[in-house]
Amino acid sequence: MIKVPLKKADAEESTVEAVVTQPAPAELPKDAPMEILDPAVEVNNFSLWYGDFQAVTDVSIGFPRKKITAVIGPSGCGKSTLLRGVNRMNELIGGVRTQGNVLLEGTNIYADTVDPVEVRRRIGMVFQKPNPFPRSIRDNILFGARVNGYQADEDELVEAALRGAALWDEVNHDLKQSGLALSGGQQQRLCIARAIAVSPEVLLMDEPCSALDPIATLKIEDLMRELAKDFTIIIVTHNMQQAARVSDYTAFMLSDDESRGKLIEFGPTSDLFTNPTDERTEAYITGRFG
Amino acid sequence: MSEDTQTVGRSEPIFKASMQWRRIKAHFFVVLGLLSVLLGVVTLLVLLADVIIQSTGWLDWQFFTSFDSRFPERAGIKAALFGTLYMMFFTMLLAVPIGVMSAIYLEEYAGDNWFTQFIQVNIANLAGVPSIVYGLLGLQVFVRWMEMGRSVLAGSCTMALLILPIIIVASREAIRAVPPSMREASFALGASKWETVRHHVLPYALPGMLTGAILAAARAIGETAPLITIGALTFVPFLPEHPLDRFTVLPIQIFNWVSRAQSEFHELAAAGIIVLLVVLIALNSVAIYLRQRLRTKY
Repeated sequence: MIKVPLKKADAEESTVEAVVTQPAPAELPKDAPMEILDPAVEVNNFSLWYGDFQAVTDVSIGFPRKKITAVIGPSGCGKSTLLRGVNRMNELIGGVRTQGNVLLEGTNIYADTVDPVEVRRRIGMVFQKPNPFPRSIRDNILFGARVNGYQADEDELVEAALRGAALWDEVNHDLKQSGLALSGGQQQRLCIARAIAVSPEVLLMDEPCSALDPIATLKIEDLMRELAKDFTIIIVTHNMQQAARVSDYTAFMLSDDESRGKLIEFGPTSDLFTNPTDERTEAYITGRFG
Repeated sequence: MSEDTQTVGRSEPIFKASMQWRRIKAHFFVVLGLLSVLLGVVTLLVLLADVIIQSTGWLDWQFFTSFDSRFPERAGIKAALFGTLYMMFFTMLLAVPIGVMSAIYLEEYAGDNWFTQFIQVNIANLAGVPSIVYGLLGLQVFVRWMEMGRSVLAGSCTMALLILPIIIVASREAIRAVPPSMREASFALGASKWETVRHHVLPYALPGMLTGAILAAARAIGETAPLITIGALTFVPFLPEHPLDRFTVLPIQIFNWVSRAQSEFHELAAAGIIVLLVVLIALNSVAIYLRQRLRTKY
């Protein structure tokens, strides 16, 4: 690992320098984690504890801008916890402690001066189970915009968000119907529409298709490819085929007896799936465990 | 190995209980259960029938529009009915906002420490405190210290204390029934804690809170002991016009008539009981209707 290990959360400056001055990739040792130049989100030596239980151990990873990065690994490997660490959703549970930092466009979102509410506006999230509000489609989309002080035309925003989530043609005849009246796949796209309506920079997706049928899953995957033109997307999935189909980069995480929630390998999806450097990655993607 | 355990697999039967005796035992408990149910239902029906029979002829318009009187044919529940409504108005005005806000604080804001646990245990205990104790408290605090006198307001404050634990517990349950996924969805969109509570938790919990409040009101309307303790009147030939006026309520009026010697007053009491029962059943029905109708699905 070339990068200077950062223990202090406020040492942002040196991180940027370290990235800029890193040697060419060819000089890296074969098992060194890949460095992403100018990432949208950069996680540095991030560890997280629920009480005494450590769920993520010393993860450093840069999520490339306007690309889809899949985080894969067996159950309990800390991938969802890492994802929720990126928009500080873990803090809603009591007893969570973190170490290291997460930089969004160079700013440490764990700094004392940063309000998690603002972080979550800039880093949207889509959950495992579709969770539209028991409200109209229109209100589902406008809620986030309204609380964040959206000033422009509401109808335009609703249409733009629904078009962005490839849902407009299916629901534009009745925007007053309840979000719960939609099918599972439509509900999940409504949740995506709702998330992009507040113009986030990053979209986190926590196993967004695990509650959906294959056709709805395919629609969401197509949509993700579209969304990657505008957003940096991080998706947690335990479906390796999905990771291979949809992502540009893949990170593999694992828990073992020594420590939980470690990043084992990170690289372009094609490399990681065809030519993994770590034998544990290879064992996992070839289906020998997990 | 003993002889007993070797019998398994042999031809001699080792299961000997008589099927017939087992069937009789099963039937016996069905009958016993049915009798237990009937005991309650039949007693209730007999009581109701008795009350209805006694009240026949007394439940007329004059009964609702007259004050109490020494002459049974001129006596009515005007003061008691109005007193109940007047007292309940202030009771709910006090208890519902305080109860709901307490529930929101305890569920959404309070940390999980010894202090909040102490409060929670005490609220649960308060719900089980005999109502006469609230009456004694009300007598000392509201009637004497705060010098409200034996007024509607003192009664309302006492009743509000009495039903506050019920409202808090019901509201907390309603808040807890809102799925965490709704809160997460709201937070993930960049909503603050208060915005999440205001726009999602409260609206979705409202039917449950309303149900709890109505059931609490029903409890307060039927209570007599605390009001007698703080000195609500038993003979009120006037309407309370001011929160600090003296008053009476339905159960006290009924209690008053029952304790008189003439049997006509007992029949009047029966009529009063019918009115009280109708009010309580109506409130409970509204609560059940709300619970069914406004139940949010997520």
